[in-house]
Amino acid sequence: MTTSATTATPDRAVASPAEAPSPEAAVLRVRDVAVELGGRLVLHDANLDVRAGELVGLIGPNGAGKTTLLRSILGLVRRRSGEVLVDGAAARGASTSMGYVPQRHEFAWDFPISVEDAVMSGRVRRIGWLRRAGVADYRATREALDRVRMTHLRKRPVGELSGGQRQRVLVARALALGPGVLLLDEPFTGLDVPTQELLTDLFAELAREDGKAVLMTTHDLVAAMHACTRICLLNRTVVATGTPAELDDPALWMRAFGISQTSPLLSALGLSTTDRKADA
Amino acid sequence: MISLGEFIQDLLNPDLAFLPKALLVAVMSSVVCGVIGCHVVLRGMAFIGDAVAHAVFPGLAIAFVLQGSLVIGGAVAGVVTAVLVAVFSQNRRLKEDSIIGVFFVAAFALGIVIISTAPGYAGSLQQFLFGSITGIPDEDVYVVAIAGAILLLVAFLLHKEFVAVSLDREMARSAGLPVFWLDLALYVLVTIAIVLSVQTIGNILVLALLITPAAAARLLTDRLGLMMFLAPVIGGASALVGLYLSWSLDLPAGGTIVLVATAVFLVAWFFAPRHGLLARRRRHGSARTPEQEAENQGVAAGERATLGGVPTG
Repeated sequence: MTTSATTATPDRAVASPAEAPSPEAAVLRVRDVAVELGGRLVLHDANLDVRAGELVGLIGPNGAGKTTLLRSILGLVRRRSGEVLVDGAAARGASTSMGYVPQRHEFAWDFPISVEDAVMSGRVRRIGWLRRAGVADYRATREALDRVRMTHLRKRPVGELSGGQRQRVLVARALALGPGVLLLDEPFTGLDVPTQELLTDLFAELAREDGKAVLMTTHDLVAAMHACTRICLLNRTVVATGTPAELDDPALWMRAFGISQTSPLLSALGLSTTDRKADA
Repeated sequence: MISLGEFIQDLLNPDLAFLPKALLVAVMSSVVCGVIGCHVVLRGMAFIGDAVAHAVFPGLAIAFVLQGSLVIGGAVAGVVTAVLVAVFSQNRRLKEDSIIGVFFVAAFALGIVIISTAPGYAGSLQQFLFGSITGIPDEDVYVVAIAGAILLLVAFLLHKEFVAVSLDREMARSAGLPVFWLDLALYVLVTIAIVLSVQTIGNILVLALLITPAAAARLLTDRLGLMMFLAPVIGGASALVGLYLSWSLDLPAGGTIVLVATAVFLVAWFFAPRHGLLARRRRHGSARTPEQEAENQGVAAGERATLGGVPTG
């Protein structure tokens, strides 16, 4: 039962060129990851790098393994093979270098807790057993709330927030740990377009200004193509990665999504092949 | 019906020494159950509380047959069942509530079979199921006091971890909290809180001490700290008032205590300042909850208001 996460020793990580403190170095590296769930191989040979300052959109149809990839990066599901490196070191399951923003329904919004206490709950492990939150914890919480512009609502019970505000609370909770990597699982689900756009701006800022390596799964292809610095097309494995401009080959999308040439998806992305066929 | 003064006189009457003991045990166990019950209510694990309450029964029965300590017997049986449930629910083929359904009824059945072997079991069975304020041994008062204090201390020390798991299991797990062990710790706390309360209030009704005061407190406040203060106050006061009514009107203690707590819950349900029926009516002219309201009012509008005055992009 040796997973590659345990075989990757710190020595080996230091020897890796990824350790060099260059802005070009990938903060998050996913290497040949395979995951088996219930005897079914749901993910294989997944390779992905996310550098500081990048907002990478993880895109694929339902069942493509988007959430599974996030969960395997976090160590929430056991990898059959492959490894995940954060800052060149093997990511341990309980990593404080990664901030996780789960889907909104994972959080108990009816819990009687204020916004700032909910954000503080992200630091529980860091605070440690039998200890109370200290000055550093309160400062980190305040800064995280500032960053997502929720400071004015910090005393409000979480149950009274709108969908977009709830998403911001979850982002702040992840930011409270000061992670280099931010993993967002379907942050736009159930939100209207203006809210999505404001959140997209926030995620882009976190990448561009704060230098976070942001990886986000989403079903909103148009928004992803617009806002992400890079797109990763996933279907059981990484079908393609590149900047939105580079992914202009309809065949890649047809393969990733299992769709036909005439799919409205392609025209929505401005990649319709029908015009070219007409020329030919 | 006797007056409050007469009740106090009875409490001080050495011939009625069981009465102050019963009052002390009932109030202490209600306070402990009120605090622990907050976690049970907020996590929506009332069914688990019910299961544990039934699961302690074979332990009580064995302790009764062997003339041992009921508290220890019940605690062992409850903890064993809680561990079995936690372990067996790791198999995701079956949902946790099915596993609980299997084990707690089995435990209860085992208890009935065991206690039937004791001579004169009908009377003791009734005492277990519906509680009794007579016959609480002196040492049990100390056991309840000390165990209750330890329970509250543990709940206090693990508070922020329990809250983190209740809020978001996925996040807690990814942050590296031992979710399984924390769940188990909470089950054990629930079990012991129940065992401490079984003697006065009875096996069937004990769930009410755990759920009702915490549920009433939840309606009264949106702050966890205040809720965890109100729940034991409501529980303790219900035990006090319930025991007084039961003594003066010659009613069964357990049933009366539960009915008093239920009355408090109903008052909270109707008159709570924010979440009560009347408050909701007054705010909306309908029974919509603030959550639905927030969703309905258009997330976008709220979002823009949120960002008002802040230059974006």
